[in-house]
Amino acid sequence: MAAPKKGRRQSAPGKPGRSLAFILIALVALTGGMFLSGNTTPRLGIDLAGGTSITLQAKNEPGQKNAINPTNMNTAVSIINNRVNGLGVSEAEVQTQGEDNIIVNIPKGTNEKQAREQVGTTAQLYFRPVLTVASGEPTPEPSASSSGKDKDKADPDKATEKGDDKASSTPTASDSPTSQGRAVTDGLKADATPTPKASDKASDKDDKASPTPTPSADPATAALQKKFTELDCTDKAQRGKVGDGIKPSEQTVACGKNNAGQWEKYVLGPAELNGKDVDDAKATINQQSGAWVVNMDFTSGGSKKFSKTTSKLSQQQPPMNQFAIVLDGEVASAPSVNTTLSANAEISGSFTQESAQDLANILSYGALPLTFQEQSVTTVSPALGGEQLHAGLIAGAIGLALVIIYLVVYYRGLSLIAIASLLVSAALTYTLMTLLGPAISFTLNLPAVCGAIVAIGITADSFIVFFERVRDEIREGRTLRPAVERAWPRARRTILVSDFVSFLAAAVLFIVTVGKVQGFAFTLGLTTLLDVVVVFFFTKPLMTLMARKKFFANGHKWSGLDPQRLGAKPPLRRTRRATGSAAGPVDPKEA
Amino acid sequence: MSKLGSLGARLYRGEVGYDFVGKRKIWYGISILITITAIVGLAVRGLNMGIEFEGGAVFTTPKTSVSVAQAEKYAEEASGHDAVVQELGSGGLRIQVAGVDTAKSDQIKADLAKDMDLKANTINADLVGPSWGEQISKKAWTGLVIFMVLVVIYLAIAFEWRMALAALIALIHDITITVGVYALVGFEVTQGTIIGLLTILGYSLYDTVVVFDSLKEQSKDLTKQTRWTYSEVANRSINSTLVRSINTTVVALLPVAGLLFIGGGFLGAGMLNDISLSLFVGLAAGAYSSIFIATPLVADLKETEPQMKALKKRVLAKRAAAAAKGESVESAPQDEDDEPQDDVDQDAAPAGVVGPRTQPASRGRGRGRPSGKRR
Repeated sequence: MAAPKKGRRQSAPGKPGRSLAFILIALVALTGGMFLSGNTTPRLGIDLAGGTSITLQAKNEPGQKNAINPTNMNTAVSIINNRVNGLGVSEAEVQTQGEDNIIVNIPKGTNEKQAREQVGTTAQLYFRPVLTVASGEPTPEPSASSSGKDKDKADPDKATEKGDDKASSTPTASDSPTSQGRAVTDGLKADATPTPKASDKASDKDDKASPTPTPSADPATAALQKKFTELDCTDKAQRGKVGDGIKPSEQTVACGKNNAGQWEKYVLGPAELNGKDVDDAKATINQQSGAWVVNMDFTSGGSKKFSKTTSKLSQQQPPMNQFAIVLDGEVASAPSVNTTLSANAEISGSFTQESAQDLANILSYGALPLTFQEQSVTTVSPALGGEQLHAGLIAGAIGLALVIIYLVVYYRGLSLIAIASLLVSAALTYTLMTLLGPAISFTLNLPAVCGAIVAIGITADSFIVFFERVRDEIREGRTLRPAVERAWPRARRTILVSDFVSFLAAAVLFIVTVGKVQGFAFTLGLTTLLDVVVVFFFTKPLMTLMARKKFFANGHKWSGLDPQRLGAKPPLRRTRRATGSAAGPVDPKEA
Repeated sequence: MSKLGSLGARLYRGEVGYDFVGKRKIWYGISILITITAIVGLAVRGLNMGIEFEGGAVFTTPKTSVSVAQAEKYAEEASGHDAVVQELGSGGLRIQVAGVDTAKSDQIKADLAKDMDLKANTINADLVGPSWGEQISKKAWTGLVIFMVLVVIYLAIAFEWRMALAALIALIHDITITVGVYALVGFEVTQGTIIGLLTILGYSLYDTVVVFDSLKEQSKDLTKQTRWTYSEVANRSINSTLVRSINTTVVALLPVAGLLFIGGGFLGAGMLNDISLSLFVGLAAGAYSSIFIATPLVADLKETEPQMKALKKRVLAKRAAAAAKGESVESAPQDEDDEPQDDVDQDAAPAGVVGPRTQPASRGRGRGRPSGKRR
């Protein structure tokens, strides 16, 4: 009986007003920030707003075991970014996820097909000697290719845009052929030389040789020639596939654009150098001519190979004095060579600043020993995406309503505190999500909406843990104020421990996984953190304040804290209620 | 409610309660049975892997008058592969075509749009390569393993290794059950399913942690008394947190049920539905396991400890002695050790009635109490 006087005074309620003020200020600040930054709604993910989301997975090139590393991945991201932004797409996002994934999100309203092609191509750069050049269409017209052309006409700007992006040409340029250009060549040359070269190397291509009997001595070369003859560079599908499965050591055919923006096709010799031989490339202005040029630096191995190649090429007649810079199976540029060059070289031509920089990028990034595989492509029309968001919001509202009904029924007056806390939590989540959009490009996707809905449960759980503890204390016979103060430290520990576990799960998921799972994990982690903040700075102080109100302190029967209903242990002095929780004669003080 | 409320009180005080720990063998048996069923189901029926795992395309159309059978025909004609068509709550269709590669999906989409008289850009296409699902699941497994290791370390520090071990077993149990249900019922496993499954990680443990926290508190200074064995205390902590566990589970399930209902009702199959379905199954399993599996396991593990064994011996001996003296053993499950640090004076409390504590009476200085009254 001695102890009680001091009671639990020392674990005093602290200053509930201060915490409440703090959280309100935070809320106002966040909301203000939201309006100031002009973002009043969270950024919607592709699956809700409509658009295309492409996931690419990096694969090591054969023989390059450790090529998947952050540096290479970031380089790849900037290549892809260049490509996608070359489409004139605004707000397209390219980011790495996990250790070997790149996610490309292209908002609605863009040519999704085209974007996909841009994104999907891999950055493989080779220098190959040019053997033959012809205009882009099938030369002797042995096969019907009209369908391909029709398709292309239906989408006329596609070709130019693509070319733009490849930076190999300036569609506006009308200059006469320069060292970069190769417009010199005419279609007839294709017929003239079947180029029976490098047959030793080509022999490993035998299995690919077309079964059609050809008069040529070397079936591989014949097949190549046939392929070349039939190739229609204006057909996108053909263009994309022409280089598939060709090893660098094989001859190949490829398409490229000349300065006038027309397609040309090439027969190319085995790769003499590859992207890895290029040390660096920069677009600069040539001091003498004042024109944009691209400067290449080679690695030591590369410069040896390069000088060998250029000395050989410079003695050839056009078009065989050119080497083609082939990126992803397409000729990006085919400068001609007049002299033997070594460690560094300059490519000149009718470059604009942009095209020069693009070529420089291609050259310096082409060294990536990575290929990318398209893992998933999701196209969502805005209408359907909106419908899903709608459904998600309804689900959230229903979930919230159910939780509130349950809390009201079960906790009565106490549920007011819970509902207020849930609302604060919801407001904080919403403002934070909105602000995180511009800050760290957080986008709300469907799984994230799911995560937010699930979080309603997590947040409500903390209140339940706290309320039940308070009620336990009341059952012990305490009145509300000491009960709250006594319940808090224990409830706090439980809440922290279990929220920590939830957060741990979310954090691990966020770090390890990719794509949609990540958005979900992020939301879950964010809401778990907010839960702790809300419980500490809002629910607890509010409870402390409420405990001073008569309604709660006196244990009004609608307060949810009615000691009688809770079956409180009767205090010693009230012996007549000692029979337990059965209502019995109502104690006047409790009523 | 008042009934529930007083039930809560009686549970709290241990006046009523279910002997979870005592009957653990039954529940272990049931769990083992469920687990075996799940494993058999998994082995025999396997999982119905979604398009993510096989590679293929899913097209979702807006509201259309084309029938399911017709759409199926169109899709098969356009793709040359088998198509699965479902009607959605919105009136649209969901058309799944397996084994389609990236290039082909555009053409199928265009064909479908033409056949079904829809604009191509209103059709959603979800296209995945065959290795995508493999990659997702690989990452999911990695995440699962990392999480388990971390959480075991954390729980071992915050509580003790036995609790960590029991929580881990309960977690594995939950995941097995969820996967088993998927195998048996034949729900489709998609990316959403995996998201849901991974969420169970944190959530299943939430309940377990709440019970463990109470158990840790109640079993403090346990060896200094001779009234309870560890198992009994464990059982009491389950019972006293039962209301809490039920409430947290109900409150967690309600929003998920909302998702499930809306996901299924409005949109038909889809991400929302997939996530909520696996969450629902997993959460229910999680609530079950934290009560019936995790805590009894802790008790079992704990009672292999020599000091707990000794305690049990002492308690039983004391009870035998008390019984010999004719004293009621029944007064046992009440009070007092929920706060071992409190000096509780056990004045002659008759069986069934809780020994009133002196402290709270005077500590309670709330307005409601007449200050004049003294006992």
